[in-house]
Amino acid sequence: MQNSDILVNIGRFLILIVVQILLFNHINFLGYVNPYPYILFILVFPFTGNKSLLILLGFLLGFFVDIFSDSGGVHAAACVFIAYLRPLLLKFSFGVSYEFNTIKLSKADFGARVTYISVAVLLHHFVLFLLETFNISHIVLVLKSTLFSSIFTIVLLLCITLLFSRKN
Amino acid sequence: MQQIIYFFIRNKNFLLFLLLFIVATGLTINSHSYHQNKYITSANFFSGSIYNWKSGIVDYFSLKEQNQALANENMRLRTLLRTSQDTIIPQELDSTMLPSPFTYFTAKVINNSYSKTKNYLTLRKRVQDTIETDMGVISSKGIVGIVNKVSNKYTSVQSILNTNSKINAKLKNSFHFGSLIWDPETKNPNEAKLVDIPRQAPVVVGDTIVTDGKSTIFPRGILVGTIKEFNLSDNQDYYDVTITLFNDMTSLHYVYIIQNNQKEAIQQIENLNASGIEAQQSTNQERP
Repeated sequence: MQNSDILVNIGRFLILIVVQILLFNHINFLGYVNPYPYILFILVFPFTGNKSLLILLGFLLGFFVDIFSDSGGVHAAACVFIAYLRPLLLKFSFGVSYEFNTIKLSKADFGARVTYISVAVLLHHFVLFLLETFNISHIVLVLKSTLFSSIFTIVLLLCITLLFSRKN
Repeated sequence: MQQIIYFFIRNKNFLLFLLLFIVATGLTINSHSYHQNKYITSANFFSGSIYNWKSGIVDYFSLKEQNQALANENMRLRTLLRTSQDTIIPQELDSTMLPSPFTYFTAKVINNSYSKTKNYLTLRKRVQDTIETDMGVISSKGIVGIVNKVSNKYTSVQSILNTNSKINAKLKNSFHFGSLIWDPETKNPNEAKLVDIPRQAPVVVGDTIVTDGKSTIFPRGILVGTIKEFNLSDNQDYYDVTITLFNDMTSLHYVYIIQNNQKEAIQQIENLNASGIEAQQSTNQERP
């Protein structure tokens, strides 16, 4: 990673946390549906970057969100989970060759991008709500929350990536 | 040895993932058991000051609403004062009167959540107020929650909209009591459940539910809500009552924290009883 890359990532890390805790945690659409677009940091982290570093940063990202929402370690666990699975997700959605040609999310094919974001968001939200509810008898509630929040987050993330993609 | 080191290097990502995932799950489990998570709450200095800064901006948008609530509360209290002056013979102050068993502190809500299964509020308190955990929190309209964590300037409160909370409540016009819980399945911030009300109780839709003074947290008679519907529980012995809360939990601005000045005395006598029973049981067991 170059210096400018590091700065961009630090800036993205902080901005996403602040926007998440001050804005997106308080949307409460239809009473309880909140999006969690802060995981964009993990999704757009340079594809060739250090994997261990990403897992560690994912933990810190979730941990900060946890501190602000009094939720123990649920966001940290969910973020670590998708940060670890990210290479698999990349292979699944962009094909085996993603490591050799340096793809950027904003330049990738739209279908592949939707698959990548959707699968990551669904996994993250499922772990998140499962740990938050922490009760297997409320599994319907977990699935319902996962579905509604995921739709919201996916739409939001697609909008954000479209909005901030640089045209060349 | 080399093999082991190679193993670690090869699987370093998985091991790091496992370690951090276990740490995070540990923190989650810790936060579920009451009073265990000491540092990771929004009552710490860092998150408290950010929420405080945010509420400093957002509060101006609700000034009108807050003034209205304050005027309504003043009206209600003045009416109470008037009726008590009119009907009761004024009491003379004398040395046999005890000081009030409850002290009230005000605090400002700087963060509020109501859409999760375990909801908490963050309050900004005055530095000189001696808030402790397990104090009750109410608003002008009714019950809000119980103090969970305290720091110098901030307090985190476990809301009644939390699957961990269980508060003693009773029917206003009888002495039958039950437990106030929250059902996360509906995720409705305006409704709670009252369970374990005995079948003999005169339950009527529209009746008022108030707190029961049996715990040291809330005084008797703090408003909770009205009965929306009720049905017999599965074992046919108790009523499950659905309550519409008086409080709008989605819009809280200023709340009161209640300190019970006789808490220590009550707990002392209760502990004495409990240890007495234990001692008795152990002597019973020793006897053949």
